[in-house]
Amino acid sequence: MYGKRLRPLALTTFAALTLTLVLAFFWAPNDANQGFLQKIFYLHVPLAIVTLCGFVYAGLAAIAHLRTRDSRWDMRSYVAIHLSLVFGVAVLVSGSIWAKGSWGVWWDWSEPTLVSFLLVMLLYATYQPLRFAIEDPERQARYASVFAITAGAFVPINFVIVRLSTAYLHPRVLGDISANLPGRFQVVFYLSLVSMALLWITLWRYEMTSKHASAQLRALKRLLAGDEDEALPRRSAVPTLSVGAGGAGSSGVGAAR
Amino acid sequence: MSSTTRTMAAPRTRVVLAALLRKELRVELRSFEAVPAMSLFSVTTFVLFHFALQRNALSGDLASGVLWVTLLFAAMLGINRLFVADAEQGGFDGFLLSPADRSVLLYSKALTLLAYLLVLEVVAVPAFALLLLGSALWPALPGLLVVLALGDLGIVVIGTLVGALAVRTSVRDLLGPMISLPLLVPVLLCAARATSPVLGAVGAGALPLRWLVTLALYDLVFGLITFAVFDFLLED
Repeated sequence: MYGKRLRPLALTTFAALTLTLVLAFFWAPNDANQGFLQKIFYLHVPLAIVTLCGFVYAGLAAIAHLRTRDSRWDMRSYVAIHLSLVFGVAVLVSGSIWAKGSWGVWWDWSEPTLVSFLLVMLLYATYQPLRFAIEDPERQARYASVFAITAGAFVPINFVIVRLSTAYLHPRVLGDISANLPGRFQVVFYLSLVSMALLWITLWRYEMTSKHASAQLRALKRLLAGDEDEALPRRSAVPTLSVGAGGAGSSGVGAAR
Repeated sequence: MSSTTRTMAAPRTRVVLAALLRKELRVELRSFEAVPAMSLFSVTTFVLFHFALQRNALSGDLASGVLWVTLLFAAMLGINRLFVADAEQGGFDGFLLSPADRSVLLYSKALTLLAYLLVLEVVAVPAFALLLLGSALWPALPGLLVVLALGDLGIVVIGTLVGALAVRTSVRDLLGPMISLPLLVPVLLCAARATSPVLGAVGAGALPLRWLVTLALYDLVFGLITFAVFDFLLED
């Protein structure tokens, strides 16, 4: 069910990313102060925004999971956090490179956006250990959702508080972007934001498809082996999807619970 | 859940809360597991800071940082112990079998943790003044008490939630601090910034209102979040 229209989506993402990179390097003018180095802005900032939106989405999916008790919502939340963690590492690395290039240091504590992003990453780094430490799949899903909601609320609040604490050094991106950026910068920036969001969505759909397919495969294997032969599932941090084994068409319903 | 409990003539919240708090007090007085360890830990940590920083007296930023980091780590010990007796000795089961509203458990645990922290601070703050503080404690005390109250509130709301989240995992002693420390960084940040002018070398300065308001808002938001999600941790 997540595999539908995945190929056109993937192709669109690929085209958008290519277009973004081509425009960023060949069409957008070089920055007056930072020159060529500023190009990393088109990678770093949209990635960071998409990462944080992914964490917030995971919190919303967790709310839906607690309300409906549908394991698919837990899986959505899990995959979103998983992907955003990967994106977040890319944000930290690209941010460090940019900081080294423009401020001369790999890390700057007086920079609230950097510090709050690190805090968010440190918090979410405990998500998988938390899941792994709870054996019962139902309780694991419930506790993970509680964590995802709390952490999802922490993301915006934390940014406000840490930003209050230090003098501004980071270029403020949201809010005054139209005032500070000339036209071509803006076009490429928004295009890059869209293509990074597309990239996130495509990867999310791929992982959802894969998780869903393996849950179906497990269900089919169980059916073939007979229920009494069912081996105890290995302890895992991955949510357990409850799917029927009735083939691809009818098995999209995970609401056995 | 409340509709079924109401029809069974649920006991009044205040009665249940008083019973739960009596139980907490009795457990702590019999076992002495949390508060003595927290207090002793804080004094030991001050000694460690004396040797690690190689200073005899601290003031301003450094004093406030050392005080808050020590309090936070000592609070971790209490947070880790907060739900252990309930998880291991059937306290959760007993409570869930009773017709009481589940939120009362949250209130009782939050008040218990608050009591732990208050006792901790009764020991740790004088010890800090005696061992490390460069200036006199008395002029700084009123401002310090305000910051301590707001900081405690933040530690209580986050500590209660994370304590309940971590207690029924296989590695609760690790997960508790790992999850709660990032969540407590804003509390530490606001509290430390609000405390440093109070502990200034030249005498107590004015309380920075901005940090107190930010801290109070953070406490409020996380209090609401904890209230909203706590029930889901108690379903089995």
